[in-house]
Amino acid sequence: MSDDLLMAPTGSAHPDDFVRIADVVKIFGDTVAVQSVSLSVRRQEIFALLGSSGCGKSTLLRMLAGFEEPTSGRIYLDNEDITALPPYRRPVNMMFQSYALFPHMTVESNVAFGLKQEGVPANEIHERVFEALDLVQMAGYSRRKPQQLSGGQQQRVALARSLVKRPKLLLLDEPMSALDKQIRQKTQIELTRILEQVGVTCIMVTHDQEEAMTMADRLAVMSEGQIVQCGSPQEVYTFPNCRFVAGFIGSTNFFDGVISVDEPDHVLIESDQLARPLYVNHGVSEPLGMNVHVSIRPENIRVQREQPELDYNWAHGMVNHVAWMGSYVRYQIRLDSGLVIEASVPALMLTQDDAPGLDEEVYACWASGTATVLPS
Amino acid sequence: MSRQSLARFAPSRRTLAIVPPFVWLGLFLLLPFLLVLKISFADLKFGIPPYTSLAEIKDQTLTIGLHLRTYALLFTDSLYIATYLNSVKMAAITTLCCGLIGYPMAYYIARSRPAQRNLLLLAVILPFWTSLLLRVYAWVGILRNDGLLNHVLMWLGLIGSPVEIYRTDLAVYIGLVYAYLPFFILPLYANLVKMDLRLLEAAHDLGARPWRVFFSITLPLSMPGVVAGAMLVFIPTVGEYVIPEMLGGANTLMMGRVMWNEFFNNADWPMASAVTCVMVLLLLIPLVLFQYSQVRQLDDGRKGAA
Repeated sequence: MSDDLLMAPTGSAHPDDFVRIADVVKIFGDTVAVQSVSLSVRRQEIFALLGSSGCGKSTLLRMLAGFEEPTSGRIYLDNEDITALPPYRRPVNMMFQSYALFPHMTVESNVAFGLKQEGVPANEIHERVFEALDLVQMAGYSRRKPQQLSGGQQQRVALARSLVKRPKLLLLDEPMSALDKQIRQKTQIELTRILEQVGVTCIMVTHDQEEAMTMADRLAVMSEGQIVQCGSPQEVYTFPNCRFVAGFIGSTNFFDGVISVDEPDHVLIESDQLARPLYVNHGVSEPLGMNVHVSIRPENIRVQREQPELDYNWAHGMVNHVAWMGSYVRYQIRLDSGLVIEASVPALMLTQDDAPGLDEEVYACWASGTATVLPS
Repeated sequence: MSRQSLARFAPSRRTLAIVPPFVWLGLFLLLPFLLVLKISFADLKFGIPPYTSLAEIKDQTLTIGLHLRTYALLFTDSLYIATYLNSVKMAAITTLCCGLIGYPMAYYIARSRPAQRNLLLLAVILPFWTSLLLRVYAWVGILRNDGLLNHVLMWLGLIGSPVEIYRTDLAVYIGLVYAYLPFFILPLYANLVKMDLRLLEAAHDLGARPWRVFFSITLPLSMPGVVAGAMLVFIPTVGEYVIPEMLGGANTLMMGRVMWNEFFNNADWPMASAVTCVMVLLLLIPLVLFQYSQVRQLDDGRKGAA
């Protein structure tokens, strides 16, 4: 076992690493679905694989479940190599996107199915099934068939079924995609609560960044079979490491520019899209003269009628569209360069009478700490 | 307003859609059956037609003569009873064999790649393009004492002298299973191909080994297909005439043959009719059971949707 760990091509075996994916590649025919992914998940962590469809996140999940075997690379769970184990020998259970409840069985038999395969005695099965159903508040529905339940109820049963065997690792495949938008958010919080209560390590796959940010302790953004960035939701949102991540997690405004001044405590970036330069005072390691993208989140942009006093970090434009979203107001501003940017202004900072309206000339400005410089 | 109130009396679209099949069934199924039923209660008579009529008016008296001779004979003569039992037995064994051979075939076709699937399905349907009679004749050639099968077996040295298969029950079974296998495979295939494979993955994921997955998930979920296939094999096999006649021996008792004998050899129309009526009833019972199970299943689905 220790030999295996030493021979693992990447990543040191940290004692906290409960699930370790080492250089996993999956090739279907002539398409590379997963390209050399290495990843560690800690014990009792909720980890989200986030990406748009076809990015390889589902393939990665299926390899963790054992439905696909990696073309190369290893997968370790609790220091045990599970790469070649068939799904029925893995201490891993999955909640399927469509829930995959057995339609010919009652709720109770569905939940009991996994325990029966293990040969657990009947009275213990009964006890554990009802314990699991109680956990998801579905004990009153034990005699129903799945098709007699609502989507939300089916999801709870599916969760109970995948938790009842007390797996070392729980996999959630797009857990909310079959639910109505209204109950999604409530369910996300409740599901997180249950998972924390049980204390199970969990890897989920989702294309919905809000879902990942609500539920996950850490997340990995995937694109074209590779992990682009991995970190806590806050880290990834605040410090995206590339243009793709910045655009995928939340919405943002991009400016293309060239670094024109490089001082130890700040840089200035000239952009054709802005009349004034961008002043950035943190985390820029790119050399002078390099082409960069600058990302500024809509919530960091202020909208005002007066021209700012500083001679950088603002732009002049005209209000293109105003949308009252309740807690905030979303402005679209057409800059003099023709670029349309978005700004979210907290409703508290505006009164409806006083707020700049459609076609009004305004200044968009931002603090120097809010811009993120991205090399690509 | 007046148009609306008149519209109440016009048949609904639903009725219009249902009427044609009912008329068709009434004209070509129910009416002939009633005629046969009528003849079965008549008595034998020389002349054309060769049976007595049920009702006669003579001297202003209506006499209705219901002759129960045929039915009395049917339920007392051990030959008829043995024939019925044997027909049902042979149909049941044929259905079972079709199930044992057809299930793996349907399963394999349903699980192969879509392009290959159509080719395999074509291979199942292909025999229908030649007449059944021709295909059964081919079996005569294969199964005869000096036929292909015996030649091959003797050439392989497995047997010393020809095995007698032709003109035995075994030959009939071979012929029946061969002819009716596609009827089992097709409905079962239709069921298996639309099965949600994620259910099987879920069962694997929960710790079930492949065989357990088959017996606890695939098989129960494919039961509607199995039942439909079994009905399609069982029902026509009970009354089958051509195959037992051509491949069976003198003591292969099947209803189809008895009916033929009564009708053409004995010219006993009432007896042949009675044999037919009882057989139809015998076939109706499984059909009704089948229908009942289908309806119940549909109801279950509807309850779920509500």
